[in-house]
Amino acid sequence: MPKRHDGEFNMSQKVLLTAKEIDILLHRLACQLLENHLDFSDTVLIGIQPRGIFLANRLTKILSEEYQVKDIALGSLDITFFRDDFRRGEKTLEASTTEIDFLVEGKRVVLIDDVLYTGRSIRAALTAIQTFGRPKEIELLTLIDRRFSRHLPIQPNYRGRQVDAINEEKVKVMWKENDGKDIIYLVNT
Amino acid sequence: MSELSVNHLLGIKYLTEQDIDLIFETADHFKEVINRAIKKVPTLRDITIANIFFEDSTRTKLSFELAEKRLSADVINFSAGQSSVKKGETLIDTVNNILSMKVDMVVMRHPNPGAGIFLSRHVKAAIINAGDGAHEHPTQALLDSFSIRERLGGVAGKKVVIVGDILHSRVALSNIFALKLQGADVKVCGPRTLLPKHIESLGVGVETNLRKALEWCDVANMLRIQNERMEFSYFPTTREYSQQYGINKNLLESLDKEIVIMHPGPINRGVEITSDVADSNQSIILDQVENGVAIRMAVIYLLASKIK
Repeated sequence: MPKRHDGEFNMSQKVLLTAKEIDILLHRLACQLLENHLDFSDTVLIGIQPRGIFLANRLTKILSEEYQVKDIALGSLDITFFRDDFRRGEKTLEASTTEIDFLVEGKRVVLIDDVLYTGRSIRAALTAIQTFGRPKEIELLTLIDRRFSRHLPIQPNYRGRQVDAINEEKVKVMWKENDGKDIIYLVNT
Repeated sequence: MSELSVNHLLGIKYLTEQDIDLIFETADHFKEVINRAIKKVPTLRDITIANIFFEDSTRTKLSFELAEKRLSADVINFSAGQSSVKKGETLIDTVNNILSMKVDMVVMRHPNPGAGIFLSRHVKAAIINAGDGAHEHPTQALLDSFSIRERLGGVAGKKVVIVGDILHSRVALSNIFALKLQGADVKVCGPRTLLPKHIESLGVGVETNLRKALEWCDVANMLRIQNERMEFSYFPTTREYSQQYGINKNLLESLDKEIVIMHPGPINRGVEITSDVADSNQSIILDQVENGVAIRMAVIYLLASKIK
């Protein structure tokens, strides 16, 4: 009998989603985007640095290879300088690259991140994206939505899976291209 | 490594190679920011910065002020010309009075070498040295190296000659420290009278023939003759200086390679550099000015994040 969750069990972390389950979710999310945006002619996808870009790349790949959507505008947005916790932590906040080589003015923007937790990153991203222009609308897509943990009134338009996790727990999303394999853990810290 | 090893930027001498790398990586991000439609980030909205200039400056002052505003810091400006300094107030008193108005960081230019270091020991604020006499001008050296890195892909192993008035130049000293720290080969070139004695002890070569220096180098950093700091004549006439140590199109084209031309400004056109060279493709003078804002944003950001 095949072992569910690839035998990845231990006391401190449990598997939330396997590679197979992630693949199904990604296809569903791609179809939901397709349903709302059709040919993506007016739409831009923006992955939030550092971890949202893997999800954004995957979705773009599925849309272009399996659903023949051509020329999807895909960018990455770093929110470091827009965060509200500057000088409140121990460490200096380190920035990542922003690559938005198209106009967002008047476009339908879909912000993409792997985990939605307090909502503060999304708040920062909403401010950051405005420095590139005034989009027609902004939507939010997230793979994991941690319920009951929001600090701000922010909800996703597209969600992969809703999770009830207590504050001591951490959701760890791993991607084949970066971490060796696709898997999502719930880690007890 | 995501933090500077220092709490003040007093000179390149006090930085490590990792500090310079961190400043450059951060400046890369800010350079992208200042090329956006809206060139501003809200990061430093709870920081107040005083720009205190006891000596004239146009470029550096504007560049710092713009960098501070792009980071959303509150800025106050102070020039010694119109202040109580004339009434006999001491440096520490002046600065402490400004700090009582809840200022977190001081950017200071002062005619006395070591003024920033002195201040950092006596007042409670992060200090950035924007030039102290003939000592150091660290942000200028950082933006110079950043511009070389941008044009040539790196600084290590590059041959850089600094031409002109080395004796009175804080830009030269900071540049020598910065370039050596990053593994560049450095020579200074100028008339003997404008080269400090024992400059070789900093690990730089000395050349008095401009053509030989240019044939050797990848980058030439042309300095201005600082007439305001010269209490007597170091060379017979400006015309003679210009013939011996000025760079012109003919000289540049007679070299068997394309070298990069830099100048920290302000340019004396026709003295150390002719107009056709200053405005040529080989010159990165205006890139230096643009990079100056990004570098200063990086330095201010990294120092501000250490203020607790």
